[in-house]
Amino acid sequence: MLNVRDLKVHFPVAKAGFFARRQVVHAVDGASFEIPRSKTLGLVGESGSGKSTTGLAILRLIKPTSGEITFDGRTLGDMDSETFRAMRRRMQIVFQDPYSSLDPRSTAGEIVRFPLDIHALGSNAERKERVAEVFSLVGLRPRQMDLFPHQFSGGQRQRISIARALVLQPEFIVCDEPVSALDVAIQAQILNLLSRLRDELNLTLLFISHDLGVISHICDEVAVMYLGKVVEKAPRHALFRQPLHPYTQALFSAVPTRNPELKGAVKRIRLQGDIPSPINPPSGCRFHTRCPIAQARCRSEEPQLTEQASDHLVACHFPGQDISVAG
Amino acid sequence: MTADNTPASNETTVLEVDGLCVEFSMRGKQVPVLSDVSFNIDHGRTVAIVGESGCGKSMTALAIMRLIPSPPGRISSGKILFKGENLIEVSERRIREVRGRDISMIFQEPMTSLNPVYTIGDQIAETIKRHQAGSAASVRQQVLDLLRLVQIPAPERRISEYPHQLSGGMRQRVMIAIALACEPALLIADEPTTALDVTVQAQIFDLLKDIQAKRGTSFILITHDFGVVAELADRVVVMYAGRKIEEGSVEQVINDPRHPYTRGLLRCMPQIKLDPVLAAEPLAEIPGTVPDLLRQSKGCSFAPRCPSVTAKCIEMPPMVQLGEQRSARCWLAHEPAATAEQYV
Repeated sequence: MLNVRDLKVHFPVAKAGFFARRQVVHAVDGASFEIPRSKTLGLVGESGSGKSTTGLAILRLIKPTSGEITFDGRTLGDMDSETFRAMRRRMQIVFQDPYSSLDPRSTAGEIVRFPLDIHALGSNAERKERVAEVFSLVGLRPRQMDLFPHQFSGGQRQRISIARALVLQPEFIVCDEPVSALDVAIQAQILNLLSRLRDELNLTLLFISHDLGVISHICDEVAVMYLGKVVEKAPRHALFRQPLHPYTQALFSAVPTRNPELKGAVKRIRLQGDIPSPINPPSGCRFHTRCPIAQARCRSEEPQLTEQASDHLVACHFPGQDISVAG
Repeated sequence: MTADNTPASNETTVLEVDGLCVEFSMRGKQVPVLSDVSFNIDHGRTVAIVGESGCGKSMTALAIMRLIPSPPGRISSGKILFKGENLIEVSERRIREVRGRDISMIFQEPMTSLNPVYTIGDQIAETIKRHQAGSAASVRQQVLDLLRLVQIPAPERRISEYPHQLSGGMRQRVMIAIALACEPALLIADEPTTALDVTVQAQIFDLLKDIQAKRGTSFILITHDFGVVAELADRVVVMYAGRKIEEGSVEQVINDPRHPYTRGLLRCMPQIKLDPVLAAEPLAEIPGTVPDLLRQSKGCSFAPRCPSVTAKCIEMPPMVQLGEQRSARCWLAHEPAATAEQYV
């Protein structure tokens, strides 16, 4: 359904002085993955790993520096704006912050109806009917259409965002941290809503989150990003049962858990320091500065994403080594 | 800080909160935001206060520090005994001595809690100078020691840097250094790692455990994440709508929760499940939202969202004692969960 090949997004940084060298943030630096139809791919990583930028670049809300994105067999980069606009009807996004992603001066009904107006779909009455339809689909009452965003709670606002994404009957939705800003009890409501809608409407999702619990719950496949690159990608169960990349292992072991089964299974690994700056990413394997099993080869030679087990891709020279011993 | 089930009666109690009530005047009415909150903290132990936003967790912390904005808020009754001294009755001058020296606090946002125009060295030194006399050289030495304690690399260089030059994790370490500057007996951490990445969060937890082991500091940990609770705390207080609704050791509350709200919170959190069948099940939901404190009913405040609600719940249930420092505010508190449910 969606195929991303070697996607790069670089942002120039303001120069420090007239003669200073222009610096570039390598936000996404060669990310590749594909999502089969009606599957959900989870994109997980820490802040600064490039997961949100990847989501935005797929929808061309940010212009990619290079790389190829094909949607339903057609390359998005080559399209003229008219064709792309028609394509965008089939691809939507739900943002993280339900407070800043809704226009405070429009009513909930107007916000959800706006995509229909832009694409000039249906008559006035049909648009109204469609808006009421999506409202009940996401668990809002149609009579709430006349209320303004500030009159809704955080969870309800996220329902409005989801309704806005669904109104054009898209096939593919990027969910960029859709539950991170919500309270725990509300998170469960929205996650259940998203999984139900995905099954009912046969949606393909790119689900971006830093929360491994959320990711493990909703995704079929998971890609782990570190400093702009996908370092590991596998079906959910394979990844959670046996993470092969040392970064993935460290990430899993850092999640606080009350599950004794997991507590025993995952040995404590502590990474030192913070994620390095994407302005000058480390040479070779980008993780080598924090990796407990890094060797000379990791500093000079960049590992490629290769298949270690069926459908289980890892970019590491020494995949699957027990890093808790070294750490 | 391995958990230990025996009630610590022989250990020294650092803080005792007893029947704490806080009211805010809103729209001409006195609205109770905390009602009858009681709990103890022993020396060198961690108590976690858990609940959704708006349930009174942070308000409890602010009340202990006497930082509730007044007006409109006020502590209407109850006692906060810190080493035997009732903090509610002491003078403003005395509470300022206690704050920062005996009890200190770490806030959620390391980005906004530091002053951007002072170096981190100055900001740590400020707390030390406020509470004790000493030469500039000795204060500087103390600041360097603190930076080492919170494991900031190259402290001699970092001491003269500004907050914007540090990462989020490093800023939170500076906040912890400020909070620990005067070796407080009690440290209140209000969601200390919510704004941080998980690998950095793990580093901060290790640091807090390390400090507790070295210095015997007691912690109040405010969080909504039971994973964090299991990792750090000895005891748990669950709050809902300004009331304590359950209390017990971490094992008791996580393995055998007696209040339907605690059960709901434990079940609704998405967790990594290795079993593919369990992982595919929808999450348990707590329907609805936290009640509006302006419109509180006389009965159990969780009743409108409760799956086990009965006619009796129009009356406020008492705090049912289930053992020493083990209680739940529910008519059904004596009954373990109906089905053999897995909360882990």
